[in-house]
Amino acid sequence: MNEEYRGVWTLSEVREGRIHPVSYELLAWGRDLADTLGVPLSAVLLGSGVTEQAPELIVHGADQVYVVDDPNLAHFKADSFSKTLAELVNRHRPEIFIASATSSGRTVMPVLYADLETGLTADCTELGIDTKERLLLQTRPAIGGNVMADIKTPLRRPQMCTVRPRSKKPLPPDRSRTGRIIAEKAVPGSLSSVMKLLEFLPEKNVGAPLQDAEVIVAGGKGMKKGANFALLEELAGLLGGSVGASRTAVDLNWAPYSSQVGLSGKSVTPKLYIACGISGAVQHLAGMSAADTVIAVNTDPEAPIFRVADLAIVGDVLEVIPALIGRLKS
Amino acid sequence: MRIGVLVKQVPATENVRIDEETGTMVREGVEAELNPLDLHAVEEAVRLKDRLGEGTEITVISMGPPQAQKAVRAAIAMGCDRGLLLSDRRFAGSDTLATARTLAAGVQKAGGFDLLLSGERATDGETGQVGPAVGQILGLSVLTFVSAVESAAKGSLVVRRAVEGGHERVEAPLPAMLSVVKEINTPRLCTLGGKIRAKKTEIPVLGADDLPIPPELLGLPGSPTKVVKVSYPQITRSGKKVAAADSLNGAVEEILSVLRGRGIV
Repeated sequence: MNEEYRGVWTLSEVREGRIHPVSYELLAWGRDLADTLGVPLSAVLLGSGVTEQAPELIVHGADQVYVVDDPNLAHFKADSFSKTLAELVNRHRPEIFIASATSSGRTVMPVLYADLETGLTADCTELGIDTKERLLLQTRPAIGGNVMADIKTPLRRPQMCTVRPRSKKPLPPDRSRTGRIIAEKAVPGSLSSVMKLLEFLPEKNVGAPLQDAEVIVAGGKGMKKGANFALLEELAGLLGGSVGASRTAVDLNWAPYSSQVGLSGKSVTPKLYIACGISGAVQHLAGMSAADTVIAVNTDPEAPIFRVADLAIVGDVLEVIPALIGRLKS
Repeated sequence: MRIGVLVKQVPATENVRIDEETGTMVREGVEAELNPLDLHAVEEAVRLKDRLGEGTEITVISMGPPQAQKAVRAAIAMGCDRGLLLSDRRFAGSDTLATARTLAAGVQKAGGFDLLLSGERATDGETGQVGPAVGQILGLSVLTFVSAVESAAKGSLVVRRAVEGGHERVEAPLPAMLSVVKEINTPRLCTLGGKIRAKKTEIPVLGADDLPIPPELLGLPGSPTKVVKVSYPQITRSGKKVAAADSLNGAVEEILSVLRGRGIV
């Protein structure tokens, strides 16, 4: 019966009516998996007025795109999105279905897998294929990144997981790629939602949401007071990055919870993480040690943050950061 | 209003340390505690009870080994009225789906709720999948990443959801399943009176035979996902160490050279 399920699917993410680039990261993962299995790679695109953007998914690696373009899908809602996806999965039977571990991915996939009664693995950082058994091999960190677990879904289909954003680079866009764009329908019962989006309140924050940021400048207790976070905002502004914070800094109200990095905050994987006055408790390291490059500034030469740092500056962050800002400005 | 709170007992991560030799987490002798993110769900339930007044009752439900009754009692000490523990060796090895099935059955045994709450995720498994899955199994409105409950009355509620780039205000009908984020509130410390009450409260325990779930859908056999390997990665890097005290300019130059090397400036 599992042989009826073929093909790899990725769930495209739409924010404010546009395909979000995290969808292209998923296609890069999906391309690897589909090529190893010798099956087509399909992107699923749900939204309102999104059909014209579907070719971008082909350009980034999809062989075909299933589009459900309906005004009811203008905003993400757990029920209408999961019901529509369940209809598509039951109709076309993919063997693998992956989504990004974003707020919507981590909402719709848990609802969908419970409906389909299959397996779902959260927040994977590595995917592969066990070719002998023809199974998806899902690797994810747990217990704050101290444990890596390899997980399989041997019997149920589709094999589902969410994938941590920025865990893979999108494929370079290839405008010569061709593929099929398939308009799909869903029954009114699937498209309807019991929920109503009343309004969206954007956060006035420097830079991109933390999970999307290429550069994160994060502050901890060593910043001494909340007002000094202005320095970090200035530095982040100069580097095109966003401001993060340790739990201590958030608990002291120096920074909002949305900027908290670590076990009880966000896991981030930027290109560069600058830890300013953060000692590096295990809980904090759990959220940032996967960054490509880490620069840490701390007065304590024994601070644990230095163990995950590519560059360790032993010194007062309130001297080093202003000096760095001065140099960047000149 | 009937409120249920789903909680999990986890290893206390606040005091974890890393073995210097192996670079792995030391778990021996680490105490168990109520999942820190669940404290916010318990707190929100107690605040809702204060707001909604008489006729509101809170039940805490957990699945785990017999010792997990400690986590249930910790929630009662904060102001929940009663507890229920789902405990059976046949639940062992449950993945998130088998756990959600078991908890959903426990919720039904407890008579169902208008509002179910959970933390965003547990600090050990870190999946955040169980709450929404329980909501789906029971046919509730599923609202995740809830950062405020603005209103909950007359069969519907308005919540804020913390999403990328801001907050959504969403209206949904009851019954509903809410997983809440840390920013929703600051959990209270439990009072001595609360602790005494929690100690005196009897926690009923239900096992596999008490739940209408076929054995093949419970525990390890009922779990679609299988952990095939566990490894302990080193999170150590051999970074270059520079003392700013020797030369502030030198330190800044080192940072600039990394920024240039990575193509950031």
